[in-house]
Amino acid sequence: MKFGVIVFPGSNCDLDAYHLVRDVLGAPVEYIWHAERSVAGFDCLILPGGFSYGDYLRCGAIARFSPVMPAVVEFARRGGLVLGICNGFQILTEAGLLPGALYSNTSLQFRCRDTILRVENNDTPFTRGLPPGQLLSIPIAHGEGNYYVDPETLAQMEAKGQIVFRYADREGRITPDANPNGSVGNIAGVCNENRNVLGMMPHPERAGEALLGSTDGLLIFKSILEYWEGCR
Amino acid sequence: MWRAEIKVLLKKSVLDPQGRAVENALASLGYANVNRVRIGKYLEVTIATPDRAAAEAQVREMCARLLTNPVIEDYTFTLVEVEA
Amino acid sequence: MKPEDWRIIGLRDNEYDLITKILGREPNQVELGMFGVMWSEHCSYKHSKAVLRTFPTTGPRVLQGPGENAGIVAIGDGLAVCFKIESHNHPSAIEPYQGAATGVGGIIRDIFTMGARPIAILDSLRFGTLDDSKVRYLFNGVVSGIAGYGNCIGIPTVGGEIYFDPCYQGNPLVCVMCVGLIETEKIRLGKATGVGNLVILAGARTGRDGMHGASFASEELSEASEEKRPAVQVGDPFMEKLLLEACLELIENGDLEGIQDLGAAGLTCAVSEMASRGGTGMEIELSKVPCREEGMTPYEIMIAESQERMLMVVTPEKEAKVHGVFQRWGLTSTTIGRVTADGLLRIKMHGQVVAEVPARSLAEDSPVYYPASAKPAYLERTAQLDLAAIPQPDDFNTVLLKLLSTPNLASKEGVWQQYDYMVRTSTVVRPGSDAAVLRIRGTQKALAMTTDCNARYVYLDPYAGGQIAVAEAARNVVCSGGEPLAITDCLCFGNPEKPEIYWQFRQAVEGISAACRALETPVTGGNVSFYNETKGEAIYPTPVIGMVGLLNDVTKACTLPFKAAGDLIVLLGESFDELGGSEYLAVIHGRVQGKPPALDLAKEKALHRVVLAAIGQGLVHSAHDLAEGGLAVAVAECLFEHEIGARLELDANGLRPDSLLFGESQSRVILSLSPENLPVLRELAVREEVPLAVIGRTGGDRFQIYVDGAPRVDLPVAQVKAAWQGAIPC
Repeated sequence: MKFGVIVFPGSNCDLDAYHLVRDVLGAPVEYIWHAERSVAGFDCLILPGGFSYGDYLRCGAIARFSPVMPAVVEFARRGGLVLGICNGFQILTEAGLLPGALYSNTSLQFRCRDTILRVENNDTPFTRGLPPGQLLSIPIAHGEGNYYVDPETLAQMEAKGQIVFRYADREGRITPDANPNGSVGNIAGVCNENRNVLGMMPHPERAGEALLGSTDGLLIFKSILEYWEGCR
Repeated sequence: MWRAEIKVLLKKSVLDPQGRAVENALASLGYANVNRVRIGKYLEVTIATPDRAAAEAQVREMCARLLTNPVIEDYTFTLVEVEA
Repeated sequence: MKPEDWRIIGLRDNEYDLITKILGREPNQVELGMFGVMWSEHCSYKHSKAVLRTFPTTGPRVLQGPGENAGIVAIGDGLAVCFKIESHNHPSAIEPYQGAATGVGGIIRDIFTMGARPIAILDSLRFGTLDDSKVRYLFNGVVSGIAGYGNCIGIPTVGGEIYFDPCYQGNPLVCVMCVGLIETEKIRLGKATGVGNLVILAGARTGRDGMHGASFASEELSEASEEKRPAVQVGDPFMEKLLLEACLELIENGDLEGIQDLGAAGLTCAVSEMASRGGTGMEIELSKVPCREEGMTPYEIMIAESQERMLMVVTPEKEAKVHGVFQRWGLTSTTIGRVTADGLLRIKMHGQVVAEVPARSLAEDSPVYYPASAKPAYLERTAQLDLAAIPQPDDFNTVLLKLLSTPNLASKEGVWQQYDYMVRTSTVVRPGSDAAVLRIRGTQKALAMTTDCNARYVYLDPYAGGQIAVAEAARNVVCSGGEPLAITDCLCFGNPEKPEIYWQFRQAVEGISAACRALETPVTGGNVSFYNETKGEAIYPTPVIGMVGLLNDVTKACTLPFKAAGDLIVLLGESFDELGGSEYLAVIHGRVQGKPPALDLAKEKALHRVVLAAIGQGLVHSAHDLAEGGLAVAVAECLFEHEIGARLELDANGLRPDSLLFGESQSRVILSLSPENLPVLRELAVREEVPLAVIGRTGGDRFQIYVDGAPRVDLPVAQVKAAWQGAIPC
């Protein structure tokens, strides 16, 4: 299974995702320059964190028009696995691959810290093998991670199992105190209806080695590998 | 040529954390009669076309595609004719 | 030229005379402007050069000492660490967000200019007291500016320090350090070599922003400074990210002969320094410089300080390739001139020569001043501290809580969680410990890094204070498991033309030099920021030390929190009745007085050997140096992360209880360890003649201190932590 990490101008977590997949997960991975027009040969695309195009205008708004994006959209439409992390999540919502939008944290400040995520749906390629309700310690680092979606769409998403992660406290309760950015329903990650596209604000690639404090993020990448093995 | 003056605000249904912070700051400065503070963006775009209707259509298209995010933002704009 | 013409740009009459002597004629307006910015204090170091030459700057590991864009120190495996600290005080006082942001941008450029990949940022910040709304505005603006720039460019902000004191009320200090990694064979210098080679300018367009920034930094701040606001530049971290990647790609491929960033004094500084270092000249055509504004004059183009620009020297064969790389990164690059043999900077506009001066005269030949120096009168007054007149507190619980909730000692988490300290996934020890530790990918090694300065000590005794700043930085590195390698310094002082200020400067530099020699940490560079005064009042002399250390085994990195209940708590080092200059004396008794604690550099070095051996052999669970607030505060800080209590039983040995708990005697470290490791640790300490005392045990949920059997402190950990956590509004 081959991973591709898309590099937009201003991506800065591309190295981290690349390193995790290659050196920790041990899977083949290549960078994909934003000016490419094809993603042929890749089995899972990662849109990494960072500040694509300086996050000018809106986070992800300009990157969404990068030359590579039509190929990403087509790849996703055909069922390819797409993981958007932080800025990558923002790009996926701007591109319409995921519902909702991300805007300024209610604190109006950037927040970099560990958060606890509760797995809401373990029937996705990204979370299979994780017991529902499992708690993962994965850090966030963003200024605009406040997830918004209108109530009707939210209800549909809930019904279809599109809410994948919520911010929780140590006991797994979904409380306002556990919400680092004001996201509706403490939502930290969502998927599309087909569940092959996942967007999340927390950084699983930063939680892949004990040396850095947590290995919970690695579980998401392992799940992707296992899903892929299972499909073959 | 037309200069489009575009104002972008968060939808009323979406919490505006900046607006709320400024509203609180104004209240603490003693402006008790101020409320509903909202903070948005102002964009200026000059379009080289003689035709007003064409300019208007183009602004709407640009707003829908790039300049605003319809999930969370509303916009209004005015067109001002300018010298080339 | 009339005297007003040169005086208005900050040149003195004797300096003007020197310029006419160098040129053999009167300078024109453009040339005068170029001399004005290059001979400003900020660029020429004319008041500090003579003293800076006394720093120890060499050592077996030093590959590049002062004089280049940053220092470089070898760390084995063909790798080296490149680092530097620089101040952006004046711009931050006027426009805190952009001032701090461009400070970050500038120091990052200094690092990648050398060919190094920037891996970390640290910030040493000082403000007035937070009860002043203007100070809160500056504080919030500076923190947001650092976050805005550092987070966007994707370099983790991993450490630093923040102090508050009324002396910084009108003149905050913003010192930013950047650390980079480089393969030793890839080091690039800011030299223009090879006659006929081409000069390329890349990055942002040139605008009128930042005009006279260097001169501005060389004046005292006044009400009129507010009106000079246009002198502050605006940063574009996105542009810099692209510039960084493009330049590192070019350096990696060996496509550049020389490279230099454009900072203070803009194009003038870059062309004159590159040519001067290369012993060459340059011919520049200004009409080729991409400008953001219309109608910019040669004078303006030469001295504008627009950010995110780089100057490169390339061979004609590489020209097209270099432009191609910039283009792929979406950046503008233009060939603006060529390297010449005659040592002259020949600046043309549409083919007409508008300035012609020897490059060396701008970069090297500024006058060197040896200002008068005199011991300040205040030292007579502050030196007289009569401990007998200081009453012992009745309630040590209250004192401890009050100290922990003073902004200088309180938790800075509200600040550092606004910084992305994890990006690049190498941060092994996060902010909030004694020093940050970053792993070096592809090796077992790691780097420890910190910034330190207790300016109150320097104020009370500049020599001792300078020594202590270095010793504390080293102790912080050591407590994280790192062997101290070298320092960079950011020397912030008042007006050097005042003899008292110059005396402080000289003494502090001597103290720093002495400590650097003893601790074997040479000075590899840094900067000097003078004229930090408002309304004639100088800041405390504040020589900030940035230090980098090496860990050979990243898994041995050590942090300060207690890890387990039932561990022994050990104090290494000796405590004295030393309250002079302490936080306790200032906060509880309202006195900035006394002599700072004594420092014995040989004992300090011995302490480092014991701590490094203990950490290296895996004997200890935690290590934390004792600094402001003394023993009680240091132990309290170890409790918070895992909310583990502690019970200390101390012998006063004739010391006052308040100096025992809150005195700031130097060369002391707190360790926690499993009881079975004590004998080996004791052996290490005995061998190095470092005093060791088992002072208590971890466990429970209270913090208790007994002195000679009498309870002095007894508080729930949660309450102590709450006092420490909630003190700084962010």
